[in-house]
Amino acid sequence: MRLTKLGSGLISVLALAAGISMAHAKSDIVVAMQLEPPHLDPTSAAAGAIDSVLYSNVFEGLTRFGPDGSVNPGLAESWSISEDGKTYTFKLHEGVKFHDGSDLTAEDVKFSLDRARGEDSANAQKALFAGIESVEAVDPTTVKVALKEPNGSLLFNLAWGDAVIVAPETIADIKSKPIGTGAFKFSNWVQGDRIDLEKNADYWGTPAKLDNVTFKFISDPTAAFAAVMAEDVNAFVGFPAPENLPQFEADPRFQVLVGSTEGETILSTNNKQPPLDNPKVRKAIAHAIDRQAIIDGAMFGYGTPIGTHFAPHNPDYVDLTGLSMYDPELSKELLAEAGLADGFTTTLKLPPPSYARRGGEIIASQLRAVGIETEISNLEWAQWLEQVFKGKDFGLTIVSHTEPMDIGIYARPDYYFNYDNPAFKELFEKLTVENDPDKRSELLKEAQKMISEDYVNGYLFQLAFPTVANAKIMGLWKNQPTQATDLTAVYWED
Amino acid sequence: MLRYFLKRLLSLALSLVAASVVIFLALEVVPGDPAAYMLGLNAQEDTLNALREQLGLNGTILERYLSWAGGLLTGDFGISYTYRTPVSEMIGDRLWVSLPLALYALTLSTLIAFPAGIWAASRRGSYVDTGVMGATQLGVAIPNFWFAMLMVLVFAINLRWFSAGGFAGWEAGFLAGMKSLTLPAIALALPQASILTRVMRSSLLDTLSEDFIRTARAKGLTRAQAMWRHALRNALIPVLTIMGLQFSFLLAGAIIIENVFYLPGLGRLVFQAISARDLIVVESVVMLLVFAVIVVNFAVDLAYALVDPRLRRRR
Repeated sequence: MRLTKLGSGLISVLALAAGISMAHAKSDIVVAMQLEPPHLDPTSAAAGAIDSVLYSNVFEGLTRFGPDGSVNPGLAESWSISEDGKTYTFKLHEGVKFHDGSDLTAEDVKFSLDRARGEDSANAQKALFAGIESVEAVDPTTVKVALKEPNGSLLFNLAWGDAVIVAPETIADIKSKPIGTGAFKFSNWVQGDRIDLEKNADYWGTPAKLDNVTFKFISDPTAAFAAVMAEDVNAFVGFPAPENLPQFEADPRFQVLVGSTEGETILSTNNKQPPLDNPKVRKAIAHAIDRQAIIDGAMFGYGTPIGTHFAPHNPDYVDLTGLSMYDPELSKELLAEAGLADGFTTTLKLPPPSYARRGGEIIASQLRAVGIETEISNLEWAQWLEQVFKGKDFGLTIVSHTEPMDIGIYARPDYYFNYDNPAFKELFEKLTVENDPDKRSELLKEAQKMISEDYVNGYLFQLAFPTVANAKIMGLWKNQPTQATDLTAVYWED
Repeated sequence: MLRYFLKRLLSLALSLVAASVVIFLALEVVPGDPAAYMLGLNAQEDTLNALREQLGLNGTILERYLSWAGGLLTGDFGISYTYRTPVSEMIGDRLWVSLPLALYALTLSTLIAFPAGIWAASRRGSYVDTGVMGATQLGVAIPNFWFAMLMVLVFAINLRWFSAGGFAGWEAGFLAGMKSLTLPAIALALPQASILTRVMRSSLLDTLSEDFIRTARAKGLTRAQAMWRHALRNALIPVLTIMGLQFSFLLAGAIIIENVFYLPGLGRLVFQAISARDLIVVESVVMLLVFAVIVVNFAVDLAYALVDPRLRRRR
């Protein structure tokens, strides 16, 4: 009897707790993602998880990415570019305050950019700032950025999470107490579990519609499924188990958004290792691959085939998949022309993500069909970075390049796939200094064609980005033009 | 006694030094540069060097070992490479999850195992005994992560009695904290309880066939009285030994369960740290666990000597 009393007491307490959380549900949200940020400074690590929590929510840059990947004004309300394209003058919004109450001034912008490009900078994307000659605070709301040479992608570069504006007096603690200018303030971090944000009542722009945001970190795909099904979390961005998506699609409680990312998934090829240094052999590999079979088999059908190193949602994208259609007979002919009629053996080194591990098995069997044997080895990320990325000790590998607009890596002869083409370098240098949008677009298309025709790497597919959310949540980003979970416009429908 | 104590203490110190060397070297051999991991695919060489310098990764092996081991002696576990917070703070936070979880699971396992083991032993050969033995066989055989998922499916997704995982935090109240640890604790406790039940039963059966039980029965005690007054106490020694082992296992070995329920415990910390090449966290947590096990063994050694005078005289 006493036990039942205790039991019913317990149940009513629990019901009460549940009721309280229900009442607040309309302005609170729990968003889950797979990876936890290692720390909270987007300007000193490559970890995308940092941006996934903080970009645009807590930290802002002079410019910012929109949901479609366009570059929009951020902290800078406007800018002008000098005739020679070497000087950018940014006009900052008036009355912007950091979360600690201090004013945002041009000095903070100067500090942030100088810190990112400085001698001892630990910025993972330091190359973004390489063309900057000097930064000058003209008056409290005007910043002048002088470039060594015209740089058509400066506004784009400044929209990255690595280029957000921070205040010098809060930099010492930024890794655990991020102070930004965004629509949400950081409030609490229980390491290993969650990060809480709260609405910034003094926000300079359109205020956020949510009062409280909790990010939860659930790495295990099974646990992720359970958390969404049990409605412990309201949304899961980057849902890790594509095989479960149809189940959510069929359930009226949920909505499933499958968006595009900046992740070009490629069969990276060591362009200096024989026989892969022969373009004919690389072309043979390209024709031996059946992209759709890989997307279906490894990604449960989620992914867009690509024929070059460029995101299909970008307006400048050219569909070049026709250059490498699945044609095993042609592939065998090409191998014979290259003097390898009996095929050859190479290495296939696979990092941990499932696109690589599952995709690798499928590619290995497709290559075997044309006579190319692969020795598969599964590597941890740290080993992959050491052996493949740094040591360039590989024949083939599968990896997704998730940085936005990263076709420039083909202009770096020392980059891990060893592509050394002076013509591409020249083309890219032209692109860098070009300011005219139409000409830039032409050059970008030319660049895509050049690497596709050189068969530098096997171009597989653009990683899809699945989000599962409560059907009543509006305003979530579908695509991932940069790693971000921009919640500034998210709200609950009544 | 003093000599025995000092000898044990010396062996404790030597084990710790040996363990620290092995742990440090093992992680040195594993490939992977923490700085390269943190900065990703677009990092430039000078940035990598700047970060390595900040992290103190540029010294020789001996320098780095001495600075780490020296820090441990003074209670300074170093600063995590990735989180950039003191490792001791991180361990402290995680212990507030892992320790209660281990205790909770151990309590549950004891509460199941003692009655079940005693019941089975007292009805040896009966259908009760066969039933308990069969159930424990199953309990040992079922993988605990699978059982955990099953419970999530039933109690979190269908019945909605519990959340599917996560930790509410002690600041949300004792009950909320315990509630979020309940499913993980049951998943952890089940195999442990099965093992413990079997040990309890066989130890009790062994004791029941000892001479002193026959003597007790001869002087007129019933079977039950003999068991409760004389057999149980004597049968507890192997059971307590197993419980000690189980506790250190529960503390260190909950990695999979912590992942299934995404609990911010020690096991998940080590797991994350290994994949992020946060070597100093891995080293320090593993060292702490080694320390805990060695100290528990040391305490058990001492306890043996206190309980059993023969041990003292022999050495």
